[in-house]
Amino acid sequence: MSRVRVLVGTRKGAFVLTSDATRERWDIGGPHFGGWEIYHLKGSPADPNRLYASQSSGWFGQLIQRSNDGGKTWEAVGNKFVYDGVPGTHLWYDGTSRPWEFARVWHLEPSLTDPDMVYAGVQDAALFRSMDGGQTWQELPGLRRHDSAPSWQPGAGGMCLHTILVDPSHPGRIFIAISAAGVFRTDDAGKTWRPINRGLRSEQIPDPTAEVGHCVHRIAMHPSRPRVLFMQKHWDVMRSDDAGESWQEISGNLPTDFGFPIDVHAHEPETIYVVPIKSDSEHFLPDGRLRVYRSRTGGHEWEALTRGLPQRDCYVNVLRDAMAVDSLDPCGVYFGTTGGQVYASADAGDSWAPIVRDLPSVVSVEVQTLS
Amino acid sequence: MIRVVLPAHLRTLARVDGEAKLHVEGQATQRSVLDALEASYPMLRGTIRDQVTHQRRAFVRFFACEQDLSHEPPDAPLPDAVATGAEPLLVVGAMAGGG
Repeated sequence: MSRVRVLVGTRKGAFVLTSDATRERWDIGGPHFGGWEIYHLKGSPADPNRLYASQSSGWFGQLIQRSNDGGKTWEAVGNKFVYDGVPGTHLWYDGTSRPWEFARVWHLEPSLTDPDMVYAGVQDAALFRSMDGGQTWQELPGLRRHDSAPSWQPGAGGMCLHTILVDPSHPGRIFIAISAAGVFRTDDAGKTWRPINRGLRSEQIPDPTAEVGHCVHRIAMHPSRPRVLFMQKHWDVMRSDDAGESWQEISGNLPTDFGFPIDVHAHEPETIYVVPIKSDSEHFLPDGRLRVYRSRTGGHEWEALTRGLPQRDCYVNVLRDAMAVDSLDPCGVYFGTTGGQVYASADAGDSWAPIVRDLPSVVSVEVQTLS
Repeated sequence: MIRVVLPAHLRTLARVDGEAKLHVEGQATQRSVLDALEASYPMLRGTIRDQVTHQRRAFVRFFACEQDLSHEPPDAPLPDAVATGAEPLLVVGAMAGGG
């Protein structure tokens, strides 16, 4: 019988939540790495027992942990992230140039086919790759050497590379997103990159339609249609039907189009989920109501999903990496909040129940469907 | 034998119970002790000092014999009491480093 494993990164440790396919009763494992910030953990699609975790702290810096048994035991692997060559500079908040400086790993993206290969998106924004199960890391420096890089600026959370989408059908094609530079694509496995932000409009930058400078919060794709991308931008929900060559707004009837996560139903490529947040200056839910919004039409038309979610006095946030779907039927949808709740829906969002209510603030949620 | 007391998070990471006991070749300095510590416990690389520059991380402190040695040069001799093992070198997470 299938099982589900939910990997939760929080401000104070990692948790591994497991259930059978009914997704009704959950075992809560953890905390792992108690007291450390776990920005992200994710399993290898090629070997579900191989997990990678990004562990960091203000005292002791960045560690990478690896598990070979589905999160029961862990070992620290390589944590030497050194930019290739002379790092160069980017713009700082005050308009001055500032050298690239490694701060942390925001996102780990294991290869679709090789359990020992994993990408790391880091702050200050760059893409690293390990080919030996995380023991050593090499930068793919073509991205950071893009002509526009000296003009990149940090978002409020730092200048982070937070999204990595590997195209399953186009060898060598990877999409990444950086706050606040935008989306970039490589078609040659990371040697060269180009910005793909045409159609984005951001009133918070001097040229609202600039080639780079957009605060993209998250992008998502369905693996069966990798040319179709969905984006939650700082403001605006967007889609592209041509692998990022152009973008159209699909915010439609959302109560607000500010937010962080966006994800796609496992079996319906036109069904997408967002969690609208009141504004960029408030970072909590509108009207004290926790509502996931679902579009079954690839955007424009959205419905509020509220059954089982608090509808009063709720002022949490849901961060960019804190939503995921399983591949059971019906599709399960999961998200975690800054208030420490992890909610699950076993019916594609029609109804929700908390798996756990009182974890530390949730940074990331990933799901593995195990056979 | 040099004795090093690690903060709780690093004891957990290195799977050390109590003090780390190290044999240090030559003079006992911050650098030689940390070199020996990282050789014995490679998972600590990067957690106390930068892996490339060897600069102490901002929110890590070195105490011994009731003195703050954090700002001493890395090649300055440690107190005799540390060099002889009479007193431990304390690696401390600064109060400012939490969150």
